[in-house]
This record gives sequence, C-alpha cells and structure tokens, in this order.
Amino acid sequence: MALPTYASPLERVWYYTFRGICGLIFLFLIMPILIIMPLSFNVEPYFSFTEGMLSLDPDAYSLRWYRDILENGMANPAAMGGEWWSDMWNNAQWVRAIRNSFYIGFFATLISTVLGTIAALGLSRPNMPYRNLIMGILISPMIVPLIISAAAMYFFYSSAGLAQTDLGVILAHAVLGTPFVVITVTATLVGFDHSLTRAAASMGASPPRTFFKVILPLITPGVISGALFAFITSFDEVVAVLFLGGLEQRTIPRQMWSGIREQISPTILAVATLLVLISIALLTVLELLRRRNERIRGMTPQ
Amino acid sequence: MANVADTMPDPMTGEDGIPLKTKLRIAERRNRIKAALLVLPLFAFILVTFLVPIGQMLYRSVENNIIADNLPRTIELLSEWDGNNLPPEPVFETMVAELKIARETKEIGKIGKRLNYEMSGMLSLFKKSGRKVRKLETGPYKEALIKIDKDWGDPEVWATIKQVSDRITGSYYLAAVDLKRSPQGEIVAQPDYKQIYVSLFIKTLWISLLVTMTCILLGFPVSFLLSNLPMRTSNLLMILVLLPFWTSLLVRTTSWIALLQSEGMINDLLVTIGFIGDDERLKMMFNQTGTIIAMTHILLPFMILPLYSVMKTISPSYVRAARSLGANPFTAFWRIYFPQTLPGIGAGSILVFILSIGYYITPALVGGQDGQLISNLIAYHMQSSLNWGLAAALGSILLAGVLVLYMIYNKIVGIDNMKLG
Repeated sequence: MALPTYASPLERVWYYTFRGICGLIFLFLIMPILIIMPLSFNVEPYFSFTEGMLSLDPDAYSLRWYRDILENGMANPAAMGGEWWSDMWNNAQWVRAIRNSFYIGFFATLISTVLGTIAALGLSRPNMPYRNLIMGILISPMIVPLIISAAAMYFFYSSAGLAQTDLGVILAHAVLGTPFVVITVTATLVGFDHSLTRAAASMGASPPRTFFKVILPLITPGVISGALFAFITSFDEVVAVLFLGGLEQRTIPRQMWSGIREQISPTILAVATLLVLISIALLTVLELLRRRNERIRGMTPQ
Repeated sequence: MANVADTMPDPMTGEDGIPLKTKLRIAERRNRIKAALLVLPLFAFILVTFLVPIGQMLYRSVENNIIADNLPRTIELLSEWDGNNLPPEPVFETMVAELKIARETKEIGKIGKRLNYEMSGMLSLFKKSGRKVRKLETGPYKEALIKIDKDWGDPEVWATIKQVSDRITGSYYLAAVDLKRSPQGEIVAQPDYKQIYVSLFIKTLWISLLVTMTCILLGFPVSFLLSNLPMRTSNLLMILVLLPFWTSLLVRTTSWIALLQSEGMINDLLVTIGFIGDDERLKMMFNQTGTIIAMTHILLPFMILPLYSVMKTISPSYVRAARSLGANPFTAFWRIYFPQTLPGIGAGSILVFILSIGYYITPALVGGQDGQLISNLIAYHMQSSLNWGLAAALGSILLAGVLVLYMIYNKIVGIDNMKLG
C-alpha cells in the first residue's frame, strides 16, 4: 500500500492521517498490556507511576510484589531453607492458585482434546449424518453466555454432589474447552488428503495403525493448537469457578477476581505480568505450529 | 468388451452373488455408523455435563412445587373458594394444621419466600404465624389466625396463595419483564420501584450495540491496513492484535482499572500536562464509560480477525478498475470496496454482539452501579437473593436472544468457517 508518486497532496495528507489513526488504535490495543509490566516493579503500593519511577531511580523499583506472590499467606515467611520452601508450596495463596490452575487446566485439556479430536475425525467424514445439527450442538458451550452455563452447571453439579470439588470444575472446564478443539481439528482435517489413508489401508495397515502412523502425525499441529485453546480457556476461566469452585479450587483468575474486589494490591500486577509472559509463549508456539502446518501442506506464506 | 458384458449376470453382483448396489448400500451405512460412533463419546459428554444442566435450568424457570407440596389440602379447599370474601373456617383449620407441619419440616421459610415474590409481607407473615400456631389447639381457627396477624383477614393473601398453587408457573417470566399477576388473576405492571428488568435488558442491548459500533469503527481501519500491507509487516503488526486476544481477561481488566481510575495513569497524565485541574479528575471507572472502554478493548480482536480474513480475499483490481473508469478515491472505496467487506463486518458484529450481551466479569469489576448488565443481575439472583426461579427466567430470555443471533451468524458465516487465532 505504498504511496504512489503521482498522489495528490490531499491523498498524501490522508495517507499519513490514516496511518496515524491506525497507530493510535494499535496503541489502544497493546498499551494496557504493556503498561502493567513496569508498574509491577513499583516499590510503593500504588497502581500509578511514582516520581521516582519516572526519573528511573533504581530505589523506586523493587521485586517486592513478586516476592509477595510467593509469601502471601505463608505461616512463617521469615523461616529459612527447606521449611520456607514447603511453607511456600503448601500455604501461599497465589502459589496454591497457580498449582490449582495448572492441575485443573491439565485434566480439562486432556478430556477435551481426546474427546474433541475423536469427534472431529467423525465429523469430517463425508458420510456423517446430521452433520450441521451435531456440529451446532457440539460447539454450543462456546455460544451460550458463560453466566448461563455456569448457573446451569451449578444447579446440576450441586445436585450430583460435584459442586466445590476438583472434578466438578475440571468437567465444567472440559465442556467449555471442547468446542475449540472440535473447530481447530476439523479445520485441519479439511485440507487432509484422504488418499493417504487409503494408501495405508491398501498396504495392509489396520485402522488403528493408520491412525497413529499416518493421520495423527499430520493433524498434530491442529490437535496441539486445539489443546492450547482448551488450556487457555480453562486457565482464563473465572465464572464457572466462581459458581462451582470452593476455597480449595481457587485458580489464578479466581484469586485475581477477589484481589480486585477486596484488597487491591500491586501483587495482582506482578501476577498479570507473569500471565502476559505466558500468553506470549503460547502465541509463539501457535505461530510456529501454523508455519509447520503450512509447510507440511506445501503452502508457503506469500 | 461385448463378451465380458454378456457373461456378467444381471443385475451386477460381486463374487459372492450379492448385487453390487446392495453391497454399496451396506458399506455406506457402515461408514455412517462409524462416523457417528466417533462423535458419540463427545456428544454423550456434552449431553450429560452441559445440555441436561441447561434443560434443568430452563425447567427451573417454570417449576413451582413448593406451595403445592407443602399446603396440598389447603389448596384443594381453596379451589372451591370464589375469592370474594374470606375463605370458610375449614380452610383456616387445614392451613393451621399444614403450617404446623411446615414448621416441623422447616419448609415454612421457603413457602413464605416464594409467596413474598408475589406479594411483599408474606415472608414475615408466615414466619410469625409459624412461631405462634404451635399453641393453637382448638378452633375457631379463623379468629385465632387473624388474631395472630390481621393479614390473614385480607382476602388478597388467600387469593395469592391460591394463585401460586399451580405446579407450573409463568410468574417468573412475568417478573422478568416487569409484570405480575394481580390477586384477581389479571396481568398488570409491577409497581414503579420494582420495574428494573426491562430497562436493564434495554440497557444491555444498548451497551452491546455501542460496543459493537465502536469495534467496527476501530476495527475497520486496522483490518484494512493489515490486509494491504506486505505479509511480513502485517504479520508483525498482527501480534499487536493477537497478544491482547490471548491475554487473560482479568489481566486486561486490571490494567484498565490502573489506567482509568481517578488516581490512575490517564488522569495523572492529564493533570500533569495541565489539561484538567487536580480536583476535576475525570470519572472514567465504575460507571458505564469504564464498562464500554474495557469491553471494547477486550472484544476488538473478535472484530478485527474476521474482518481481516474477508478483506484479505478482496482483489485490488476492482478498486483499480473503478479508479481507471474515473471514480474518485472516495467513490471507489464506498461503492466498490466497502460492499465487499460487508460479510466480514456482519460476522464480526454478530460475534462481538453475542459476546457482549452475555458479559459478566468486566461489568462486575469496572462497571460500578451504573454499568451493570443483565448477566450481573442473574448472578445476583443466583448468589445473593437466591431467587433462582427468576435467575433462570432471566437467563432463559438471554439464552433465547443469543440463540437467535447465533442462527443468524450460522446463516451468514457458517460455523464451519469460524476461524480461531
């Protein structure tokens, strides 16, 4: 979209104004995420830049809020050595929340990836009956507003004795994550060359062997990105945890929720910074997968 | 070739003598069953853990067993009452008996609470009477009950009890649209101070519409730029869209609090450059403005991504042709380019709109009193007021709205074409 040499002055003005507007919109998108990073190193318990921070005074910066992630809720933060570590691992609120988030996220992702991938294999077969209807039902958890899903699951899981248990939250998160797996894996299978499976079969491979040796390696990028979507859904989910989870099931977003509502402290900013780093890592993995997928299919970016 | 055709039996059969047509049909059916079997585990999982709970919630919005279960005989007697004067003595007698039982089974609070939704004062009436009927051993019960609380002498109280005795009720839905049934059985408006839901639904739709419009306004130029830049540059700029998309909702809400609150960075900046005085800091948080800004930021990527993928497919030759035929840049854009982006705008708008009418977290954290949406009220009735029937009715109305929008989305875009990331 380079500016042609014959552009009129008006076009020139518009060209730069337009880029300026776009720059502002990009700033609107990214600034809130970047701004919290320096703030999380604030030595004062405020949510704004102090004069010391602006003049780059090293004393105005500290790691105290990162330390607080580890120490908040500990019985005896002054202890030394092994005692400190086990105290931190077992009692610190944020550490517990981080452990819960990974634990719940892992199992929810496992369930939704396995079920979602198998279902996607069926859905992308040409002779699947009632395809659109079934697809609509399978991705409905993504469409129904979270508050309704959470309320409905709260009633049901309470009567089944699953409210305030790990299993209840895991099942709820697995349901919410499956649509993403179904969509990404189905999308990967659209470009799948079915003559490969026929070739494998004609050479005598059994269906399971064909699946593990031929189909799975080819759709792995789709499966992994689906799994990442499912994981981030669980990792970021707070409404279902609010309704279904008890104190024992507090995840990172749940802890942030009560942090924002009750005792707002820059510890939240430190946690937020760590979460942004995690999402940068996820984004990188996804991008690499996308490139690998394009390379395998023989498509190169133009 | 003719020889081969002659030797083939008619109709064509395989080696085992079964006609090929039949064999094909069997094979096709087997394939269909195989495909269905693959989908079955997930289908069963979603059915049990998601669809059944949703169905149960829908049922809860019309379920009304509490009165019918606990005051069965009173209701039976009341059904013969004409509703004009006070019911006859036997009704009072059974009511006293059933109140005693309800007090034993601790259901009396629930009965009072249910009736209180229809007529205020019923909860205290039932609690008070429940405590005092214990001592009531002999009749006449009519005078005795009225002595306990003179409300028992009000025919409207009895009419209300009679009215909520059905096991299926539409009264939660009526309440959800600010209506109620009068003791005479007509549908009337709620008293003014109780009319909140219709205006809240309208406010939710209005804010969602505003957020959608802002997303179109901000998303369109960015998508246009991204789709017209060389791949390498646009991939880099895409990170600025995808990073917010992948960042936790609560992180983004937190940073908006840090930016917008009255001691926040934007106000600090404005005060420092002397744009506003220290005592006239703008109030941008804990009101509708805060909700709209934060929601726009959170939902903007959902507009940019579909719009970008549509714009990517628009060939530049159309606009070039229009220009060479003498159209000025604006006409070429408005008459030629813009109409081709409409599917993208449609897809993005419906997606943003669906997501924003069900939004809960952001309004709850940054909305204050003024920026609450319908979801927040559903959560309030779920967790604080415990009026689950009303919460379910409000939820069902919201769900119906979302499903209609979803079908439109499916018609325009098709769920198969939904792209992520």
